[in-house]
Amino acid sequence: MELSVWTYEGPPHVGAMRIATAMKGVHFVLHAPQGDTYADLLFTMIERRRARPPVTYTTFQARDLGGDTAELLKQTAHDAFERFSPEVVLIGASCTAELIQDDPAGIGAALGLPVPVVPVELNAYQRKENWGASETFYRIARACCGGVEKTEKVEGSKPRPSCNVLGPTALGFRHRDDLLEITRLLGRLGIDVNVVAPLDASPSDLVGLPAADFNVVLYPEIAETTARWLEKAFGQPFTSTVPMGVGATSAFVREVAELAGVDPSATLDEPSLRLPWYSRSIDSTYLTGKRVFIYGDATHAMASARIASEELGFEVVGLGTYSRELARAVRAEAKRYGLTALITEDHLTVEEAITEARPELVLGTQMERHISKRLGLPCAIISAPVHVHDYPARYSPLMGFEGANVIFDTWVHPLMMGLEEHLLGMFREDFEFADGAAPSHLGHVGGPVEDTRVENQALDRPADGPELLSVAHAIENLTPVSTSAVSDATPEWTAEAVKELKKIPFFVRGKARRNTEQFARERCYHPITLETLYEAKAHFQGR
Amino acid sequence: MTATLPTVSTSSPSLRVLKERGQREVFCGLTSIVWLHRKMQDAFFLVVGSRTCAHLLQSAAGVMIFAQPRFATAILEEKDLAGLADANEEIDRVVGRLLARRPEIKQLFLVGSCPSEVIKLDLARAAARLSDVHSSVRVRAFSGSGIETTFTQGEDSCLAALLRAERRDVNAPKSLLAVGTLPDVVEDQFARIFEALGIPVSFLPARRDGLPAIGPNTRYLLAQPYLAETSLALDDLGARHLPALFPLGVEGTRAWLWAAAKAFGVERARFEEVIAPAERRAQAALGRARERLENKRVFFFPDSQLEVPIARFLHRELGMELLEVGTPYLQQSHLADELSALPTDVVLSEGQDVERQLDRCRAQRPDLVVCGLGLANPLEVEGFTTKWSIELTFTPIQGFEQAADLAELFTRPLVRRERLAV
Repeated sequence: MELSVWTYEGPPHVGAMRIATAMKGVHFVLHAPQGDTYADLLFTMIERRRARPPVTYTTFQARDLGGDTAELLKQTAHDAFERFSPEVVLIGASCTAELIQDDPAGIGAALGLPVPVVPVELNAYQRKENWGASETFYRIARACCGGVEKTEKVEGSKPRPSCNVLGPTALGFRHRDDLLEITRLLGRLGIDVNVVAPLDASPSDLVGLPAADFNVVLYPEIAETTARWLEKAFGQPFTSTVPMGVGATSAFVREVAELAGVDPSATLDEPSLRLPWYSRSIDSTYLTGKRVFIYGDATHAMASARIASEELGFEVVGLGTYSRELARAVRAEAKRYGLTALITEDHLTVEEAITEARPELVLGTQMERHISKRLGLPCAIISAPVHVHDYPARYSPLMGFEGANVIFDTWVHPLMMGLEEHLLGMFREDFEFADGAAPSHLGHVGGPVEDTRVENQALDRPADGPELLSVAHAIENLTPVSTSAVSDATPEWTAEAVKELKKIPFFVRGKARRNTEQFARERCYHPITLETLYEAKAHFQGR
Repeated sequence: MTATLPTVSTSSPSLRVLKERGQREVFCGLTSIVWLHRKMQDAFFLVVGSRTCAHLLQSAAGVMIFAQPRFATAILEEKDLAGLADANEEIDRVVGRLLARRPEIKQLFLVGSCPSEVIKLDLARAAARLSDVHSSVRVRAFSGSGIETTFTQGEDSCLAALLRAERRDVNAPKSLLAVGTLPDVVEDQFARIFEALGIPVSFLPARRDGLPAIGPNTRYLLAQPYLAETSLALDDLGARHLPALFPLGVEGTRAWLWAAAKAFGVERARFEEVIAPAERRAQAALGRARERLENKRVFFFPDSQLEVPIARFLHRELGMELLEVGTPYLQQSHLADELSALPTDVVLSEGQDVERQLDRCRAQRPDLVVCGLGLANPLEVEGFTTKWSIELTFTPIQGFEQAADLAELFTRPLVRRERLAV
């Protein structure tokens, strides 16, 4: 048993869902208990997908366990096929259904549907999300083009070289924009994209996979297994460089140019690439030797370490991953920086490692962002698990030359505010600065200045020290004194009303306080009581 | 202003209830931990389950916001299933480590999940054993598994477990117990009203470990509609239920409070005097919401079992038309008053077949759809205005002071759609 308060990866069936949801014409029938449908909201809320994932769950309950759950799975598969008419049905089990051993593969084979039924065994008690995605992609690819003949190249009439782009999924970390950036890059090299998979590919598109000259693997966690099989089955080589950062993108351009037999030189000279100059310009001097701690999935963590060290001049003081499947590669990479790689899924271990490494910048996942917040460290996000913020409205790839520009901004902005931090320190005693206000790049550690005022002035009077009070009074005194100063004075609050105000969430408390005081002033209510507070609330409601 | 009490007959006319079986797009009971752990401030919830359970909790709760969340999952691994590791020894080890690190924990709940139920791990027994080992901590067990509980039923199962450990106390003084998690701010408002009425009251669950003495002199009000098992456990202790509407909206809050006032011999005049200011405020604030919601047609997908009382509020106090009121379970006995307050032609559905329900919803083109997070955005894409139902379980909505807040949860999506010109 492993004690977990947070998981970097979901269960393997969520990985399978990422493949089914990415594709067109695939429907996933998942044997799973009631409640597992929570996974839908990852796609509809976090990624803001416009349609529900193409997944039908059996959602069995206790009463079904007494009966025939295998029959339920069968019926569910038939109904789903009737309703959605997919080209391929994917069938599998989540953790609980795995325990009741209904044999989804056998049931799938016996369904007698007029389309392929692809079973996936997800090993929920050993494996995790990325493995589930990788396995599912491989199973579907095999099912779609397993019987396809290897196409012989016709000499002489050779058209433009072509490749497949493998790896982008639904709920991927910046997959949408990475794909666009790399497709543009391949276009500039004169290489056609034959099939992109799994994102937006249909099973009939996958049948055409063997027609390409080679495969581009964007995310090894998801696509390497499939690429290896395609190499074995159809002799298609695949790329080993992940094009993240200036150096890796250039290496990638050379690698694909070599595979395609084209000239990379024009493409290597990209006028919109700004990272190298920005990094060399003198205002970046302060980045030199900044201690950076890196943790994420293997692909993003390793790429980030190279970029940090070679392209921004940071010092890598920690490198880790939760991708156990690629632990060996990460260990080797860590050696380059004289480090021992941190291979763990336990965020408390990551927190300890960060604390010990004393970094000045953390590059991690959303969890490391929170760890950094607690430790008061700047942080940028480089990897899944995904958060709604990881789907920006604007174009924001991490791969290719534009990706390098994006990375420069994303990593440097939290640090750029170093100047602000310095000024804040200088003016800490100044009456216009509320003590406890944190540098803005650290998020809301100390709460915005206004909230601090609210807390100081009306709320925590007994608890807070005299220092804070004097700051609050200084602020109050700044208000221009009008002739009607007396009637404009802020009414007193009764202790009971203050206590009640504290129960209002901090982010609306300031507004509640202002409204109540305005309400009380207008009516000459004094002091503000519990009743006044609720009178005001009702007054402003819906206005 | 009307100060009449609702006249609700318990002989409900024949109701149209669609009983559905199919894919249920609902959370499992583990999700209750999200609010239970905020309410019970010295409790830790340890789910014995799979990676899916851990993933559900973090997806539903946004655990990252807590420095030290008071819930976690002991994830079953291959070796736990193969019998290589004795699951009980493993639980003891995990709990030992956990309690050593969190000395402030006074109550620990072992929470059963789908996989733990299927492999028949006896968590009640483990809890008894662990209570002996860790004398300063009360260890109890309940099930939040999806095969046994739907969403809010996790709380029902938790509170019932708390009560099942209690003994009937025949000498317990006459007092009121308000049962079901209420946000602290709401609980405090109710506590003030009961104090003004002179009714001694306790709340369950309490913020800290400890229950009042419960016996034949105890009267209880259900603050939430999903507490079937808890209610039975209270009956077994000799406590007596005060049936009432649920405290949602002005009408519901008045009826709920009056049920207690009547049982404790409070004079009508005194009752009116106590509630008058809050009730007047709430009614005034609701007037503005009514302008927006009147005659709008609403469709409920099943979620928290709060659907029926909320539908009653929307219909009777805000003038909305009810197209379909879906609920995971229809607890007819606790909802008797609520059901007879609904229009006689209302369509109720119990259970779910989500695809067929979506078909019905699309056919009826409601002005507002109340549904879960998995359905809301896709329905918005189809042109529907939605209110995501999970907010109804996380927001303070009960009582007079929150009546307009509850209404606003329904006006906001409509206002937003009206405002946007993109």
